[in-house]
Amino acid sequence: MSRFPFSAIVGQDEMKLALLIAAVDPAVGGVMVFGDRGTGKSTAARALAALLPPIPIADGCRYGCTPDQAGTCPDPCTSTRARKSPVPFVDLPLGATEDRVLGALDLEKALRSGEKAFEPGLLAKAHRGFLYIDEINLLEDHLVDLLLDVAASGENVVEREGLSIRHRARFVLIGSGNPEEGELRPQLLDRFGLSVEVRTPKDIPSRVEIMRRCAAQEADATAFAAEWAEEEGKILKQIARGQKKVASLTVPDDVLTDAAELCAAVGADGLRGELTLMRAAKALAALRGAKAVRREHLVDVAPLALRHRLRRDVLDETGSTVRIERAIAELFG
Amino acid sequence: MTHPANPLADALLAAKLLLAAPTRLRGMVLRGSGPARDVVLDYLRQHATTRRLPPHIDEARLLGGVDIAASLTAGKPVMQSGLLAEMAGGVLIAPMAERMGDALAGRLAQAMDGAADFALVLLDDGVEADERPPAALMDRVAFHCDLSGVTSLDIAPADTTLFAGAGAAEDCLLPLANVATALGIDSVRALLFAQSAAAAHAAVAGREDVVQDDVAAAARLVLAPRATRLPPPPAQDEGEEAPPPPPESGEDAGDTDRDALSEIPEDVILEAALAAIPPDVLEMIAGNAKQRRASGGGSGKRTKSKLRGKLLGARPGMPRDGARLALIDTLRAAVPFQELRRRERRNGTGFTALQVRKEDLRIHRFEERAASVTVFCVDASGSAAAARLAEAKGAVELILAQAYVKRSEVALIAFRKEGAELLLPPTRSLTRARRALAGLPGGGGTPLASGLALARELGATIASRGNTPFLVFLTDGSANIAADGTPGRKQAGEDAEAAAKAIASSRLDAVVIDISPRPRPDARKLAETMRARYLPLPVADAQSLSKVIMAAQPESAAA
Repeated sequence: MSRFPFSAIVGQDEMKLALLIAAVDPAVGGVMVFGDRGTGKSTAARALAALLPPIPIADGCRYGCTPDQAGTCPDPCTSTRARKSPVPFVDLPLGATEDRVLGALDLEKALRSGEKAFEPGLLAKAHRGFLYIDEINLLEDHLVDLLLDVAASGENVVEREGLSIRHRARFVLIGSGNPEEGELRPQLLDRFGLSVEVRTPKDIPSRVEIMRRCAAQEADATAFAAEWAEEEGKILKQIARGQKKVASLTVPDDVLTDAAELCAAVGADGLRGELTLMRAAKALAALRGAKAVRREHLVDVAPLALRHRLRRDVLDETGSTVRIERAIAELFG
Repeated sequence: MTHPANPLADALLAAKLLLAAPTRLRGMVLRGSGPARDVVLDYLRQHATTRRLPPHIDEARLLGGVDIAASLTAGKPVMQSGLLAEMAGGVLIAPMAERMGDALAGRLAQAMDGAADFALVLLDDGVEADERPPAALMDRVAFHCDLSGVTSLDIAPADTTLFAGAGAAEDCLLPLANVATALGIDSVRALLFAQSAAAAHAAVAGREDVVQDDVAAAARLVLAPRATRLPPPPAQDEGEEAPPPPPESGEDAGDTDRDALSEIPEDVILEAALAAIPPDVLEMIAGNAKQRRASGGGSGKRTKSKLRGKLLGARPGMPRDGARLALIDTLRAAVPFQELRRRERRNGTGFTALQVRKEDLRIHRFEERAASVTVFCVDASGSAAAARLAEAKGAVELILAQAYVKRSEVALIAFRKEGAELLLPPTRSLTRARRALAGLPGGGGTPLASGLALARELGATIASRGNTPFLVFLTDGSANIAADGTPGRKQAGEDAEAAAKAIASSRLDAVVIDISPRPRPDARKLAETMRARYLPLPVADAQSLSKVIMAAQPESAAA
C-alpha cells in the first residue's frame, strides 16, 4: 500500500514537529502521542518513515548493519556490498510476546539440527528506523519497561534460553495512547523524550480537506504523490540540513538559565526534563536553520518536552499544557 | 428517541455495501445474537466466501509461519500459510468478538491497516453496555449494526445486484463533515468510511453521482452509531464559527462545496442519522460514559498462565500463542526414545543427531498474580451526605491516586434514592474516576440492599474475569429503602441483611467503613453479616481514612 505523503497531512502540526525533531536528533528520545483512535497518529509516523531517504545496509544482514559495521553483529554478516533499504517502520502489535520483541531461540534449528541459533525479533528489525506502538498504555508493563530500556541504551541484550546475544537497536520509539482508557505509569512517561496531544481538526473545512485528500490518494496514489513531491522534497532538505547542523550548534548560557528556570517554575520532576528540553530546542534551531539556539526555540518545544513530566495533582484539573504556557508567560513575558 | 425503523433492513443494506467495497469499508459489527443476525450472515454467505475465525486461533495459523508439528515429522521445515492470507477478498467472521483478547485484536487491527484483502464481521454477543468488541477493531470497521432489539424478520428480501465502481463522492464531503461534528465524532476513519459508504451506496443503486439519499444512508449507517453526543438544537447555519482554517484548504473549499450544500440539505441527513442512533448510545451519552469493553484476555487472567509470572514447571504442549518452549524439558522427554526413533528412521531419508517429535514438546507454565480491583460502594443518601459524604469522596480520591501508582483498577458504585448505580466500571483511568466522583450527588433515602447487591454482582463479574475484587463500603449501615425501591425501614433492613449474607457466601473480601457521625451498631452488624472488616471512623480526615483502607486491603499490602 502506498504511504500518505507527510506534507499532505492536514493539521497535526505539533505531532509533525515532534517527529521532525526526533528525525533530526534521535537522541531526544521517543515521542509519546496522546489522542483518540482514528486521528491519524500512525499515518503521520509512517509517512515520515517513508519520506526519509533509503539507508545503506550490509547486504543480507538481519540486524541492519551499516556497510562499515559489517561483521559486527551476532550473525555475523560478511557481505561488503551495500544495499539500499527503506527506513524501517515496525508496528508493534498489542499482543506481542517478549520472544517476538526481543528475538528468541530459533526453535526450528534448535530442534532439527541442535544448533543454537538466534532468531532476531522486532527490535532488530526496527534498528535505524521507527518502532511504533499503538495503545502503549494497554501493553504489558514488563514489555513497556523493556522497550524503553532498549530505546534508551540503543542495544538489545538477550540472556535467556542459553543464549547470550547483544545487538544494536537504535530506533525512535513512538507510543500512542488514549489516557481515557488507562494511563501509563509516570516513571515510564518520564522516559519518553517528547509528548504531543493529537486531536482531529474540529473545523469543517479541514475535515473536508482530509476526506478530499484521502479520496484523491485512494483514486490515484501515484498522481497524488507526484502532486506533493515538491513539498516532500522541501521537508527532506530541511531534515538533512538539521541533521548536519545539530552537532555544531551550541546552547548559550542565557538559554540554559531560561531552561532551568522554566523547569523549576512548572515543577517538572528530575533532570531528564531539562536535558530533553535543551536537546529538543537545539534540534528545532537546527531544523529552522538558525545560527544559535534562542529563547524562542526553547519556548516552542517546552510543551512537547515537559508536558508529560509535571507532577500529577489529583485535585487539579488544569491541563499540563496550560500550566506550562502560564509559566512561560510569567517568566518570559 | 425513536429506534431506527428497521435495524435489520439497515444491517442488510450495510452488508450489501460492504460487499460492494470490502477493502474500503473494511467490515461491520453485528450486535445481538438471534435470528435477525443469522439473516444477515446468510446474506453474506450467499454472496461471498466466508471463513470463521476461531477465537483460539494461534499466531502461526493467523499470519502464517513454520508448522512445527509437520516440520518435525517431515524432518524439514514445513511452512503453513496464514488464514488472513488465504482470505483473498472473502469475509472473515469473528464470533464472540466482545470476548476477543488484545493479542488477536491487535494482530487483526494491524492486518487491516495494511493491505488486507478481507472484510471483517464482528459478532458481538455482548449484553451489557460495556461488553463490546475491542475498540481498536470497532474503529476500523465501517458499520455498527445493533440487531439486539429486532423481533420481526419480516422484510422484503434484499435484491442481490451489485454494481462495480464508485460514484464521485466530492459532493458529500461537507455535509458528512458537518454531521460528524454535530454528533461529536472525532475519528477521521469514521469520516472516510462515511464517504466510502456514500459512494458505495450510489454505486449499488447504479448511479454515477452521489445524491442526498446516499449521503443520508452513509450518515445513518456509519455516523449515527458512533455518536458521542446529541447535536445542539437546530437553527444552526452553515456559517458556523470555523476556528483557524488550515492554510492549504482555503482556495477550493469555497465554491464547489457551497454548490454541494445547496444540493444536499444536511438537516435531512442529520435527521436520518438521529433516527438511527441506537438507544443504548443515548444512554451512554446521558451517563457521560464512554464505551468500554469487557477487559480482554478471553475468560480473564488466569492464575495459572502459560505466558508470564513465576515459573511453575513444564507441561506437554505446543509452543504457540506466546507459550514458551521449555527446551531442557523437551530434550529430556525426547532422549529416552532416541535409539528407537533412529532405528525407525534409518531406512528413511532424514537422519539427524536428535530426533524430536511433537509429543516431546514441553512448554513453560507460570503463575501469575491476578490484578486487584477495588470497588467503592458509596452511600450517597441524605443522612450520609449530611454527615461525611465529602470526607468519603476525599478518601476515595486519595486511594485513586494510590491505585494509579500501583496500576490496580477501581470501580465506583453509589446508592441513593431508590437504587444503586454503577458510576464507573472497573478502570485504570484516573481521569474518568475523578470525573465520576466529582459528579456524585448526595441526598435521598438509603437503598442499602440495592447497593450491596450491585457490589456483589460487580465483584462476581470481576472474579469471573480472573481478577481479585475488593469491596469497600462507605455507609452508616442504616437502610430505609427496600430492595424493590419502596420505603420502609423494616423491609429495608431485612433486604440489606439478605444482601450482606449473599456477599459473605460469595466469599468476597470486603471492608465496611462506618461514616455515621458517631459509631452505631448498624454498620458493625452489617460488617459482621457479610464477614467483612469493620472500621469505625469517628473523626477522620481523608488521609487517615485512605491509610486505613490501604492497610485493610490484602492484595495491595502484598503488591
